[in-house]
Amino acid sequence: MPASASDPYDLAVIGAGSAGLAGAVTAAELGLSVALLDGSPQHGGQFYRHPAPSMGAARPEALHHDWAAFAELRRRLERSDVSHLSGHHVWTVTKEDHGPWAVHAVTGVDGTAERSVRVRARTVLLATGAYERQLPFPGWTLPGVVGAGGAQAMLKSGLVLPGKRVVVAGSGPLLLAVATSLAAAGAQVPAVIEASGYLGYARHPRALAANPHKLVEAAVHGAALLRHRVRLRTRSAVTEVHGTDRVEAVTVTRLDRDWRPVRGASRQIECDALAVGHGLAPQIELATALGCATRPVADGTSALALDGLQETSVRGLWAAGETGGIGGAQLARSEGELAGLAAAGRLYGHPVREERVRALQRRRDRMRAFADAMAISHAPAAGWTGWLTGDTEVCRCEEVTARSIREAVTDFGARDARTVKLLTRAGMGWCQGRMCGAAVACLAAREGAVEPPAERRPFAVPVPLSALASLDEPTGIRPDAAPGVDD
Amino acid sequence: MARTPAELVGANPGPSFEITMDGRPVTALPGQSVAAALWSAGILAWRTTRHTDRPRGAFCGIGQCYDCLATINGEPNRRACLVPARPGDVIITQEGHGHARLSV
Ligand code: FES
Repeated sequence: MPASASDPYDLAVIGAGSAGLAGAVTAAELGLSVALLDGSPQHGGQFYRHPAPSMGAARPEALHHDWAAFAELRRRLERSDVSHLSGHHVWTVTKEDHGPWAVHAVTGVDGTAERSVRVRARTVLLATGAYERQLPFPGWTLPGVVGAGGAQAMLKSGLVLPGKRVVVAGSGPLLLAVATSLAAAGAQVPAVIEASGYLGYARHPRALAANPHKLVEAAVHGAALLRHRVRLRTRSAVTEVHGTDRVEAVTVTRLDRDWRPVRGASRQIECDALAVGHGLAPQIELATALGCATRPVADGTSALALDGLQETSVRGLWAAGETGGIGGAQLARSEGELAGLAAAGRLYGHPVREERVRALQRRRDRMRAFADAMAISHAPAAGWTGWLTGDTEVCRCEEVTARSIREAVTDFGARDARTVKLLTRAGMGWCQGRMCGAAVACLAAREGAVEPPAERRPFAVPVPLSALASLDEPTGIRPDAAPGVDD
Repeated sequence: MARTPAELVGANPGPSFEITMDGRPVTALPGQSVAAALWSAGILAWRTTRHTDRPRGAFCGIGQCYDCLATINGEPNRRACLVPARPGDVIITQEGHGHARLSV
C-alpha cells in the first residue's frame, strides 16, 4: 500500500487474469505498492474462472489446464499486500499532465452499484484480456446458440450446460478445449465443426518445434474427444440454425479454401444447443482511447504494439497477455512478470534482473511465434459472408440485418464499419460493436482490404450518468477511504 | 465419467433456494449467477428484443454482449450472467429496452 492515504499507488493493474496476477505479484514482491482492479468478484480471469466458494467445488481443476500455475499465483497474491479491488469495472483511464494516472471504475457485480471509484497510480498495467470474435449466420440469435467461450465460462463458474446435446463450431483451438470440457461435464457433443483445417500449422514447423507443449495439449484434447466420441469436422461451418423458440438442429456445410459454402455439401445435425466462436480478439479499448499504438494481427484483429519490456507507445502504461495478441495463459504469465519487472525498474531503478528478463523474453518470443502461426491458420477467409442471407441479423443489439448493411455499402457508399454504423446503427447498441464489429468491417470492405474495426468506444463499460458527472469534480480524499482510492 | 458438471468438480454446494422467473419457481445454488440458475432449469431466454420481439438469453456469458438483460427485483437492464442469484429473487422477462437508466 502507498505510504500515506494521499499517495498514489506505484502500479495499478487492470484485470486479474493470468497476466494481471503475474504482473501484480511480481511488482509487489519488488516492493511496489499495487492496486489490482477486476470486474469479477473472483480473480483468475476467463481462463481460470471457477465457481464461487459457496459451490464447494472439491476439484475445480477438473475443468482446467495448468491449475497449479494459478494456485501458485493465488498463493503469492495472498502473501502480498496487493490491494485487490474486485467488483470494480474500469471504464476509463486518464492522466493529468505531470500527475499520476487515474483509473476510474464503477462498482458492483454488473457495475450498477453506482459507486464510482478513482484509483491513482504512477504506472498502469493493462491486462484486460480478450473477448470472443463472432461471425453471424442465419439463426445465430436463437436461444440455445451461445458463445463457445460463453458456454465454457458458464460451465466453469456456474456448473451449468446450455443443453444436453451441444454442437461446437467456429474456428480456433479454443473449440477443442470447449468441446472437451462440455463432454467431460456430461454433455453429448456430436461434433466439433472447424472452418479451417489443422494443416496450416504444418507450414510453421519452427514455431511448432519450439513449442512442444502445444502439441502435447493438442494430443490431450484429441484423445479426450476420441474418448467422448466427438467427431471433428474441418473445413466446415454451421450455416444455419433450425428451431422456432430455441435450437433444434443445425445445418453444417462444407467450405472451400476461401470459406465459401460448397453447394449441396450440407447435412443436418440434431442438437439443443450450439456453442460457437471464431477465436478471440484483444480487448484494448482503454488503451486505444489513450492513443496507444496498435499492430495488425494476421487474423484480422488489432493488438497493442508493445516494446521488448511490454510498454505501450504511451510512457508509463504497460500491457500484457491477450491485449498484445492472443497467445494463451502461459504467455500471459511471462508477459505479466516482464511488465512487473519493467515497472519496478522504471520507478525505483531496481536492478532489472537481466538474466530473468532475458529468459522471459525468450519464452515470450517463442510463444508469440506459435500464436502468430495459430492466428494465420484460423483466420477467417473472405468467403464466410457467403453463408449470410439478407435477413441474417449481424448486429444482435440493434437487430440490423445483412441486407441493410449491404445497402449501406452499395447504395450509400459506406466503406468502413464506422460509416455503416452511422447509417444503420450496427454497433451502436449495448455491446458497442463487440459482437458485430468484425463482421461489419468485413461486409463494409467490399473487394478492398478489410480495415480492422477501430477499437474505440467512448467507454469500456456503460456507466451511470452520476459517474460521468463526478469526473469533473475535484475529488477529495476521504479520511476513511483506502489509501490511494477515492470514492 | 461424470454425468453432471457438479459431479465433475466434486461440488458440495450450500443449500439450494428458490427464485422465480415470470412467476415460475426455479431452484438456484448459492454462488450461481441468475443466468446459470435459469440455464440449469432449462430456461434459455428471458428477454425479448425491441424491434422484432424475439427471445434472447445469455450469449457471451461474461458480461460483454448484454443479450442476457433481465428485470431483477424490479430493476431493468441487469446482466443476468453477472448478477448472483439470491433467495427470493424475482426475475421478469425484459421487454423492449426496459427503462434504460444507463448512459449508453
Ligand atoms: S451473456 Fe453476454 S452480457 Fe450476459
